[in-house]
Amino acid sequence: MNNQEKEPMFSAKNLKLFTAPLGKENPITVQVLGICSALAVTVKLKPAIVMALSVMIVTAVSNLVIAAIRQYIPDRIRIIVQLVVIATMVILVDQFLKAYVFDVSKQLSVFVGLIITNCILMGRLEAFAMGNKPWPSFIDGLGNGAGYGMILVIVAFFREFLGSGTIYGYPVMQKLGVYSAGYENNGMIILPPMALIFVGLIIWLQRSRNKSLIENK
Amino acid sequence: MENLLNIFIKSIFVDNMIFAFFLGMCSFLAVSKTVKTSIGLGIAVVFVLLITIPVNFMVEKYVLKKGALIWLGEGFADVDLSFLTFMVFIAVIAAIVQLVEMVIEKFSPALYNSLGIFLPLIAVNCAILGAALFMQEREYENVIEATVFGVGSGIGWMFAIVSLAAIREKLRYSNVPDPLKGLGITFILTGLMAIAFMGFMGIKL
Repeated sequence: MNNQEKEPMFSAKNLKLFTAPLGKENPITVQVLGICSALAVTVKLKPAIVMALSVMIVTAVSNLVIAAIRQYIPDRIRIIVQLVVIATMVILVDQFLKAYVFDVSKQLSVFVGLIITNCILMGRLEAFAMGNKPWPSFIDGLGNGAGYGMILVIVAFFREFLGSGTIYGYPVMQKLGVYSAGYENNGMIILPPMALIFVGLIIWLQRSRNKSLIENK
Repeated sequence: MENLLNIFIKSIFVDNMIFAFFLGMCSFLAVSKTVKTSIGLGIAVVFVLLITIPVNFMVEKYVLKKGALIWLGEGFADVDLSFLTFMVFIAVIAAIVQLVEMVIEKFSPALYNSLGIFLPLIAVNCAILGAALFMQEREYENVIEATVFGVGSGIGWMFAIVSLAAIREKLRYSNVPDPLKGLGITFILTGLMAIAFMGFMGIKL
């Protein structure tokens, strides 16, 4: 908080950059960005959380880098420059995951690499970082990464809970003893299509609470 | 031959880019409003995959893999550049998309006008990079197998987007709850289509 007289680091405007993507401007449910890698990693909570954190870091840092060098990027080759920055960040994250959480890295397989083509990144870099100062861009990246991660974790929570009867690997259903009462895990929910249907339901819920988001067609 | 056919069918139906791996969803959801534009985008994806997959396969085989640089001399036998995979693949894809765009513009303005707007979008389509990474992960033996896989994935993707567009055109006449209109129902539709596609699982020729 040292430059408070000019623009405080956590001013209302900056704070809004962080909170808007969590709700009204959520990258997945409203902006339709970054669905590609979102759905395949939501079978269990653990990979979903790792993925969410990775995306948050990559969006925030590449937003910061691009915003810092935005005046030196020639307009015509900006896509390639952006891709190089993103790819560098993703390589770092990937090597880090391989070194410290190898089992999760195996589960995520190609999806860490696919963060590069995650539309959230290109979308935020184009729409925000190219025209704003580094610090707000960093917050914007963090917020969008968090908004993306939030949906990921919600979907993963329900899929793991209903599909495998565990939460973060902890066998909740077994401890509750519902299996002896005839309860069975719903194997359907582990299958990939259910992720889509869950996101559809989240969109439904969000839009019925917030009428301004309804598409009129 | 049988092996190639197997890879082809498998990459279209069983390992469908959209329904099994959700790759290329962004443009899949955004462009699938009418059948005509989705056919255009579909053809562009098939085309780009047809070119980028073999190129990336060669790059992987002769540059990136551990010991791949041995053709430069004995001293390079231990060089392992595989950590650069993402960067090299995406650079190859971006460059080829740019190149393809210029070539089409020069030689076939009609095709350029119909594909033109979609081509730049494709560089950041996850299906393209995804296919390249799957190609690497599944370790196809030669360049022909890899190409067949690439084309098959592209056709599968096109198949998916065209059928979704057809359903969405019909959907205009149905009574969807307001909050579910547009994006919501599209997600659920894709989910239902994916469930139908699961019927292909386990097919082996």
